[in-house]
Amino acid sequence: MAGVEPNLAQPEDTHLPQDRESESAALPIPPEEQTGVGESLLPATQDEERISVASNWTLVWWRFRKNKLALISTAILLFLVLIVLMPEFFATVDPEETDARLAFIPVQGIHWLDEGRLKPWVPGVAGKRDPVTLRMIWTTDESQKIYVRFFAPGFSYKFLGLIETDRHLIGTVDSGQASQVYLLGTDRLGRDQWSRLAYATRISMTIGMASVILSVVLGLLLGGISGYFGGWPDMVIQRTIELLQSLPVIPIWLALTAALPRTWSPEKVFFAITIILALRGWTTLAREVRGRFLSLREEDFVLAAELSGASQARIILVHMIPTFTSHIIATSTLAIPVMIVTETSLSFLGLGMRPPAISWGVMLQEAQNIQTLALAPWLLTPGLVVIVAVLIFNLVGDGLRDAADPYSH
Amino acid sequence: MLRYILQRLLLIPVLLFLFSVMVFALVQAPPGDYLTSYIATLSSSGSSLDQAEIEALKAQFGLDQPVYIQYVRWIQSLLRGKLGLSLEYQRPNVELIAERIGLTLVLALSAFVFTWIVAIPLGIYSATHRNTLLDYLTTVLNYIGVATPNFMLALILMWWAYSQFGLSVTGLFSREFEQAPWSFAKVIDLLKHIWVPMIVIGMAGTARLTRVMRANLLDELNKPYMTSGRARGLSEWQLVMKYPVRLAINPLASTIGWYLPEIFSGSLIVATVMNLQNIGPLLLRSLINQDMYLAGSILLIYCFLAIIGTLLSDILLAWLDPRIRMEKT
Repeated sequence: MAGVEPNLAQPEDTHLPQDRESESAALPIPPEEQTGVGESLLPATQDEERISVASNWTLVWWRFRKNKLALISTAILLFLVLIVLMPEFFATVDPEETDARLAFIPVQGIHWLDEGRLKPWVPGVAGKRDPVTLRMIWTTDESQKIYVRFFAPGFSYKFLGLIETDRHLIGTVDSGQASQVYLLGTDRLGRDQWSRLAYATRISMTIGMASVILSVVLGLLLGGISGYFGGWPDMVIQRTIELLQSLPVIPIWLALTAALPRTWSPEKVFFAITIILALRGWTTLAREVRGRFLSLREEDFVLAAELSGASQARIILVHMIPTFTSHIIATSTLAIPVMIVTETSLSFLGLGMRPPAISWGVMLQEAQNIQTLALAPWLLTPGLVVIVAVLIFNLVGDGLRDAADPYSH
Repeated sequence: MLRYILQRLLLIPVLLFLFSVMVFALVQAPPGDYLTSYIATLSSSGSSLDQAEIEALKAQFGLDQPVYIQYVRWIQSLLRGKLGLSLEYQRPNVELIAERIGLTLVLALSAFVFTWIVAIPLGIYSATHRNTLLDYLTTVLNYIGVATPNFMLALILMWWAYSQFGLSVTGLFSREFEQAPWSFAKVIDLLKHIWVPMIVIGMAGTARLTRVMRANLLDELNKPYMTSGRARGLSEWQLVMKYPVRLAINPLASTIGWYLPEIFSGSLIVATVMNLQNIGPLLLRSLINQDMYLAGSILLIYCFLAIIGTLLSDILLAWLDPRIRMEKT
């Protein structure tokens, strides 16, 4: 992003302030607002100076950090990204480990204090088979304490795919009891929900982000061609967008995913779904990019670059795109939750990711039966994670949009 | 205006043709066809078909023909108002769909009406009582409403009703009415059941529309004509309802264009979870079983509904806003 930092020597930056002034004639607030940002956040003496030399990105950051809700959401988002990077570390056991005898173990809450001292433990569970329904009935036994600690040894894995280690976020002090901690209970097959959730977070978040990245690439490319060159490519692309946007999304996605061969490996399905989601995702962005290109094409700084002999690729990449990068980032952040929800819905219906792959939707498949749900409500936790993830992406995206585009109101 | 509507109407067949090619390619795409999955089901239950029977079935369904001939035959029968025969149910698709299309429309339209009835007053309240407790509460609920996938809300409601009251909120009818012919009692029964799915399907849209309404109205409330109205002694209620609300609702009409199609297709997932008898679960089943003519017909119906939704909103917008009318004709 270094090349994006406005440098007063470059033509597009002399353009920016001018552009702002002309726009602010209609909107009296922005100039004051910018000083306002500085005043509230900086010692008064350095104010003017720092604002006048601040790059566009610094200004965006100053505006963004005024929004506390977005800031908190960013912190949670970073935590989720951490889980995406190393679900093995957060898992307590192998997510595929099944043991039907351990089905539907309820959530064991962590107790932080033991006899007044900080010594976390979880209560033990004891199962008894119901003589009538033959179903296991689990009771938590508070007297039986299983002590847990952070960075405990467990199954070994490659940290970030590089370093072999066996440390996990949480585990039992006594390593022999490793599989006795079920922080979010177990499912129908006795698989540990907590560990599965960590792996599901990786897949679901990655699909969301990957398909948005693909949409951005397609949107920039096609929207750019459409807006910069105009003429018949513009016609073709615009009609395609109109056609795609008038398609009923969910039924078509269902048909597309249903067409994926059942024999495909999870990796192949993953890529296919990413592409399917991006197939329509790019259209909104392409429209916006086209609009920006159409208005930027007429700007003086583009003419200046042309007259200085810059190539078309250079004008587009170095001069035009950086002026709306922050806007693209905001729009794509807001597109991620849509992708996540769609993937979850498709997988939930059995048409998206399929076992043995673990995603939030795949996990929620276990929660389809209402009787099972009444028995094991903790099967709904992946759904809560979906809601939280979508919520924070929306909050961060809204914050970014407001910060990147103070004139939108 | 008339010319504009005519232009749009003429576009429908073109769009439908393009969609029909797309849809046919889609339902045709999976390897194998209905027969292979039918044979697989038969052999897993122990019985089998001999080769002659397979050939006979193939010829009957036209599965032995090249793809483009299958497409032409499908289109021909579509034009004659026949949607083909369901391979799985062995019944005409028209019958299968007709049974459910009414409920699909009723469900979607009731969710739509629910959205507008709730979102507009809530948005007005939120905007006129800015930064009050109820405004904050509405904002929080809106964020959560947008973030919750509707099938998730359905699951939570179903679980809550079942574990708290032992109630089952699935389905659109009580058991005794499910197969019964339409009667006054059945309609009453439907009204008793429809409100849960209606809220579930309409929730995300309600949340979004409330936000749009609030933002639109807030923009209007700062305009000078408000001050001038107040100066002339209009009561606050009269002032707000008569001018800014009318202006703020105007852009909402443009949301119909994406919202109606979204409700139609969004109800698909909820219907599957809550066991509602609309065309959604039928589509899902036909896709999984590769019942291609049924799947194709339902997909085309969804496309048609999407086109109609957009058309309605465009016409409404043109009718409401002379600027758009002028620009487009």
